[in-house]
Order: sequence, then C-alpha cells, then structure tokens
Amino acid sequence: MREKALKIILIFIGAAFIVIMLIMPLLTVIAYALRQGWNTFFNAISDPYAIKALKLTLFTTIISLVVNTVFGIFAAWAITKFNFRAKQILITLIDIPFSISPIIAGLIFIVVFGRIGWAYPLLEALNIKVVFAVPGIVLATIFVTFPFVSRELIPLMNSSGSDEEEAAALMGAKGFYIFRKITLPHIKWSLLYGMILCTARALGEFGAVSVVSGHLRGKTNTLPLHVEILYSEFNLTAAFSVASLLVIIAVIILILRNLIEYRLKRGEND
Amino acid sequence: MQALQKFKGKNKANKSIIPGFGLSMGITLSMLSFIVLIPLASVLLSLKDISFSEFIEVIVDRQTVSAYKVSISCAFIASSINVVFGVLLAWILTRYKFPCKRIFDGLIELPFALPTAVAGISLTTLYSDKGWIGALFNKIGVKISYTKVGITIAMIFIGIPFVVRSIQPILEKLDSQYEEAAAILGADKHIIFLKVIFPEILPAMLTGFALAFARSIGEYGSVVFIAGNIPYKTQITPLIIMSKLEQFNYPAATSIALIMIIFSFIILFGINVLSSRVNKIASGD
Amino acid sequence: MNNKQFKYKKAIAALAIFTTISGSLVGCSEKNISQAYSQADAITITNVSYDPTREFYEQYNKIFTDYWKKEKNQLVEIIQSHGGSGKQARSVIEGNEADIVTLALEGDVDEIRKAGLIDEGWVNEFDKNSSPYTSTIVFLVRKGNPKNIKDWDDLINDGVEIITPDPKSSGGARWNFLAAWAFFGEQDGATEEYQKQQIKKLYSNVSVLDSGARGATTTFVENGQGDVLLAWENEAFLSIKQNPEEFEIITPSLSILAQPSVAIVDENVKKHGTQEVSKAYLEYLYSDEAQRLAGENYYRPSNSEILNEFSNVFNLDVKLVNIDDYFGGWEAATEKFFVDGAIFDEIYKN
Repeated sequence: MREKALKIILIFIGAAFIVIMLIMPLLTVIAYALRQGWNTFFNAISDPYAIKALKLTLFTTIISLVVNTVFGIFAAWAITKFNFRAKQILITLIDIPFSISPIIAGLIFIVVFGRIGWAYPLLEALNIKVVFAVPGIVLATIFVTFPFVSRELIPLMNSSGSDEEEAAALMGAKGFYIFRKITLPHIKWSLLYGMILCTARALGEFGAVSVVSGHLRGKTNTLPLHVEILYSEFNLTAAFSVASLLVIIAVIILILRNLIEYRLKRGEND
Repeated sequence: MQALQKFKGKNKANKSIIPGFGLSMGITLSMLSFIVLIPLASVLLSLKDISFSEFIEVIVDRQTVSAYKVSISCAFIASSINVVFGVLLAWILTRYKFPCKRIFDGLIELPFALPTAVAGISLTTLYSDKGWIGALFNKIGVKISYTKVGITIAMIFIGIPFVVRSIQPILEKLDSQYEEAAAILGADKHIIFLKVIFPEILPAMLTGFALAFARSIGEYGSVVFIAGNIPYKTQITPLIIMSKLEQFNYPAATSIALIMIIFSFIILFGINVLSSRVNKIASGD
Repeated sequence: MNNKQFKYKKAIAALAIFTTISGSLVGCSEKNISQAYSQADAITITNVSYDPTREFYEQYNKIFTDYWKKEKNQLVEIIQSHGGSGKQARSVIEGNEADIVTLALEGDVDEIRKAGLIDEGWVNEFDKNSSPYTSTIVFLVRKGNPKNIKDWDDLINDGVEIITPDPKSSGGARWNFLAAWAFFGEQDGATEEYQKQQIKKLYSNVSVLDSGARGATTTFVENGQGDVLLAWENEAFLSIKQNPEEFEIITPSLSILAQPSVAIVDENVKKHGTQEVSKAYLEYLYSDEAQRLAGENYYRPSNSEILNEFSNVFNLDVKLVNIDDYFGGWEAATEKFFVDGAIFDEIYKN
C-alpha cells in the first residue's frame, strides 16, 4: 500500500517536472506561432527563404549524422575494446564540445579558415570557401554534435565487456564480422538513440552556426538562423511559426523512435 | 572458459586479440584532431597578441570574476537539481507503467532540438511576471525571469536530458533479480535502493552531473534572454566574451574562453576518472 | 611477423576515410561558389547589413534592380545578410565576402577599414558622411504614459524602470548612452562629474540590460517589463506598428543623430569585379525614390526636403546633437565611454 502511494507520488512529481520544464515552453512556442491565426503560420513556413533554409538544415543534419556515427562507432570500439594509456584524457577530449560555449565553437573555425585564419592563404589559392559558406556550417554542426554517438556507446560497450568479441576473435573472425554479429546487436538501441540525439541537436543548432554562417539569405541560412532573422526584424509570430515547425519535426522523431524501440524490444522479449 | 580467462589475463599486459585497434584509433584520432583539437589549438594562437600580465588582468577583472561566480553557482545548483529530478525521471520511466509514458520519454530530448534562442525567449516569457508560470510566482512575490533563479531555470532546461539519459540505460540494465533477492532476504525498500541501486547508478549520476554542468556554464543563447545581464548581478560569462568580441577584442575574448574551457575540462576529466574508479569498485575488478 | 605492415595499411585506410569526408566538404563549397558567380549575364552582389533594415532593403533591392536593368540592361541579384551590426562587421573582417556594408555604426565600418578591406576616406565617399538615412533615440512608453515621462531627467526619478540594451555587447545601444550623456551635459552648470552621477542614476534604474536591441524590445513589449524602453526611432515605430493600442513614442527635447553608415568593401569588389554596380547601389540610396522608401520604413531621409514630407511622422523639433561635433567622433567616444574600464564600467563599480 505504502509502495503504491510512493509510486503515485513519484510519477506525479516526475510528470509535473516534465510539464513545467518541457511541455510548457513547447506550448509557449506554439501559442506564439498561432496567435495571428493559421494563415500567418502557413505563410511563414511556406516562404521561399524558409524552404531554402529547411533544405540546408536537412542537408547539414544528414552529413553531421553520417560523420558522427562513423566516428562514434570507431571511437567507442577503440576506447572500450583495448587498453591504452591516457584513455580518460581521450574520452574527455571527445566530450569537450559539450562544454564549449557555442560562440567559441564558431570562433575556432573562423580562426582556422577565416580571413584572419592560418589556413586562409591555402584556401584562397585553391579558391575554396569554408566559413561563410556551406562547409563551415557543416563543420560547426559536426563539432557541436561530435560526442553524441560515442557518448551513448562507450558506457554500454564498457559494461558489457569484451569476452564475446575475444572469443570470436580467437575463433578467427574478422573485425567487421565481429562488430556486425556480436557488438552491433548489443548496442543497436544505444546507437540508434545516439543518432537520434545527434539529429535533434543538429536540427536545432544555432549559436556556433550563427558565427560561421554570414547569414546570407537563401545561401547560408539554416532554419534556426532564419528564426533569428525573423525575430530580429520584429516578426515574432513568423519567427515562432518557423521555430515550431522545427520543434514539431524534432518531437515527432523523438517520440517515433521511442515507440519503435518499445515495440521492437517487446517483440524481442516475447 | 578457463583458457580464455588465462589468455585474457596475459593479454591485458600487452595487447588485445580483438582486431581493429589501428584502424579505429587512427580514425578516432584524426577526426578528433581535425574537428576538435586543431581548431581549438588555433584559438590559442590569437593569444599571441596579448602579454601574460594583460592576460591575467583580463581574466581576474572584477566584473569577469563576478560573472564566473554567477555562471558557476547557477550551473552548480541547476545540475544538482537535475541530478535529483534526473534520477526520479529515469526511475519512473524504467520502473513504472503510466499513461503518456512513451510521450514523456520522447520529450526528454526536447531541449536539444529547440534552437537555443527560441528556448530562451519562450522560457523568459513563461517565467516573466506576465507569463503563465511567472504570474503565479509573482503573486507570492518571487521574480524568476531576469534574476539568478531565471538563469538557473534555463540551465535546468538545457541540462536535464544529459542526466536522465545517463542514468536510464543503467537502470534498465540493472537486473531486477538483485532487488528481488534483496527483498526476499528481507531488506527494506529504501535499503535496497541505497545499498543495491544507488552504487550502480552513482557513476552515471556523476557523469550526468558533469555533462549538464559543463553545458550550462558555456550556454549562451537560451540563458542570455532570461538573465537580466546587470553587471555584478546577473551577468553570465559567455556574455562577457560576447562584449569583448563586440569591441573587436579577440585576445580578451579568447582569454576568458580559455579559462572556461580549462575549467570544464577539469570538471569533465575529474568526473570521468572518478566514475571509472567507482565503476571498478562496483564491478569488483 | 608482418604486423607493422598491417598497421600501416590500417593507417592508410583511416586516412582515406578522413580524406573522403574533407573532400565532400570541399565539394559542396565549390559548387556553392560556382553557383554564385557563374551566370554571365547576371551580376551578384552581397549586402551585409544589420538587423531591422531587412524590409527596407527588400523593397529597395526591387527598385534598384529595375533601375539597373533600365540603365545597363543587366540583371543584378542582391544577396542580403542581416544580424547584429558589430557581429556583421566582424564576419566581413573574418572573410564574409560582402561587396557593400550598410551597418548601424560608423565605428563598425571603420573596423573593416582597419582590417584593410576598405580604403581610407570612405566616410566622404558618399553624401552626408555616407549616411543616406539617419535615426535617433526616443522613448517607448506604455499607452497613456502612466509614469509621465517627458524627457531624460524624468528617467532618473525613483520608481521608473528602464529597459535598454547593454552598450558593451550591443553597439547600437551606445547611442542611447551618448544621447543621455549629451542631454545632461547641456543642462545649466553641468560638469563631467554631474553627468556621470546622473548617468549612474539612470543606469541604476535599468532593470534589464539585454544583450541586444531586439532582446530589449521583447523584454519591454512581450514580457511587460519596465516603464520605458530606450530605442532607435525606427525600431520604436516598428513596435507601435505591431501593437498600436499598447504603446506610444515620446521624443525627448534633445537626442542624438544616429548615423548608420554605408560603404563599399573595396578589396572584395575588386576581387568580384563589382565596383561599378556596388557604387551605383549605394549612390542610388540618395535618389528621391529611395529616400522616400527610407522614410516609409521609419528611417529619417538625409535629404531634408524629403524629410519634411514626413513631418507628420517624425518629430522634427527635437534638437539632435552630432557625434562628430559633440563627442569628437566615434572613436573618441568609444575610448572615453565604452572600452574596458572606461566610464560605462565605472558607473557599475560599487
């Protein structure tokens, strides 16, 4: 009896936290977006610049996702399957992008590839633009989402140990085969989850991208930057309409992933 | 099995038999260098325009120091609150069944996906004395937006997914057999929690705390709107960096950024080491 | 055995993957450049501007495109970029290849000159110090003006809450500070010490010091903070346009002539071969048509005849001090008030 009461209390507190801290801000965004009616909303999201920005955002997100997934798997493999010195330092270095202020995250690419950067003469000679062009935006997005996949994989692969992989290796299996047949089934949910996180964060990334984008309308504007521009020109409703589009995409992805994982896991257990 | 154990024991001394060390390490290091380390190191280059005494002067300036205090204290409180709610949320999401659970679960990452400026503007509106929540608190005379409380709330918002998602997988994996065994042996519920579950999730709690903390002290977009930005009171460190940049003072901006990066690195490194220790103790290695 | 060779092979594989990734990045950059500059019959210029000019330039670009088509029979495409003025100037310095800049502050354009991208003497390249339109600092108050705020000295009364952005992080907000400083300097028997004291009182009434002008407006308009917002005149008009029932504009007796500056980024136009069209683009800002457009977008046209056409919109009685005459130029003012440890920092100490 007491346990049941405890359960209800805990659920109540947790639900209250989610409603107040997460759902209410989301509702605020949507309330702003719709306060001048559906027409304004649809006009804002069907604006040609908004659509161009959406395309760029999706492009950037997909590249970051691929790069970070490849990186995350290799990094997790290197870190959890082998012993070497300075492992903690390596893990911490991978975590660094979490803790860097987005402004600085953008600035670091400026001081490498920008006009004041040391790589600039080389890029100039090759006629390549990195910052204030699409590659800079992609790079900055990869940077801020860099740790997401490896972060998910490392603890799990650490705790599940390497015994099975070692056994397979003893029997002569090749590296990729071991990964596919033994490791992947263990980590697939964490991997998927890390990829989802990476996607969500890449979709919404604003600070670092803002520094390297140059805000060229129709060229280097991502959806979050488009939101900022609308906001800055006193068009709050349109800004929040576009923002809510972004958020709704993200929420749908997040909830879908959860439902699929739940279904499939239940299937596995049966 | 014994042969394997033996082999493993020998192996630990020199080299693992699992293939792929060269390849995976090579990729990890080259990508890490290209995307994180080389650009970060380049930032340090801009410090060549500043002498050591100027550097010290910039980083210990009174206004800057008070901004560190605001950032660090709010981030600390926010991350501590997040650990408490993180454990609670992870617990109810893994152990209980209730309506809307899947939706709640999916919403935890919302703070990652919301562009930070949008999050900042919405939180400020929500908690200002005209907002849905702020108005309630205003009645009892508590102001949230434009105070340190507001900064802390914004930091809770951006930090919560880190904590929940660090703890949740561990709780999911944690075999309920332990708990059942302990219960059969007659252990009290909260003793089970303290003696069985808590040690298991402690490293994850620490990691979650560190990540949330590191993210909070660096965060700009979602915090700057809700902070009142009054010097010596509610000014956060990233804003100081911003105003140095506004004066085209790159060396000063990087000096302060460097301090923040070092601070975060120490926190993250410390916690990584600590949680791997705790892990080892827990697994009895 | 051949362990070493084996490792070597893997290192190469690692390098290959890494090269592919960087290669794909480079690939998309090249596509980008060719898209921007390959159409032979059309010409593309980039105008890096600041926040609230978007609507004005969107309309202006249309009339300029028509004008250029008639004059030269050439299609011109204008890429716009908007953001905080200081940030935009920085992006040009850091390699954002603007052909022209139209920024909020002379100081921001001058930073680009210091970086070597704009030639000396740009201020005199176009009429009226290269400011085709101007603005000033006004007060936005709540409807009915409940705190009865008429002029700068009403702002230092007890219980008045002011919203203004931080002049350290927002260049545009420096005009607010300078306007107040000039007002207190014009009072009988004013000394610098007196000015400092009054300014200190004023800023101690500031309840939220937002990081930028737009944030300050949201704080005041959407979140209902404060009794008065110190704002650029054109931005105050935009807020009124959005919420006509809730606010009114009060023009103080004395304010400052805020002169947004325009310039050609000489190095970049040379590189792109866009000198002629860039020059024409900025010159045409002074045409009657463009001046009227500026007025309609709540900027004060620098052509005084056309400014008078808008006398029912703008309060033309306000005495406007000029930064060159009163403060000895933008650079001197920055040195005196806004660098680290200068007067603005001083008033917040203790």
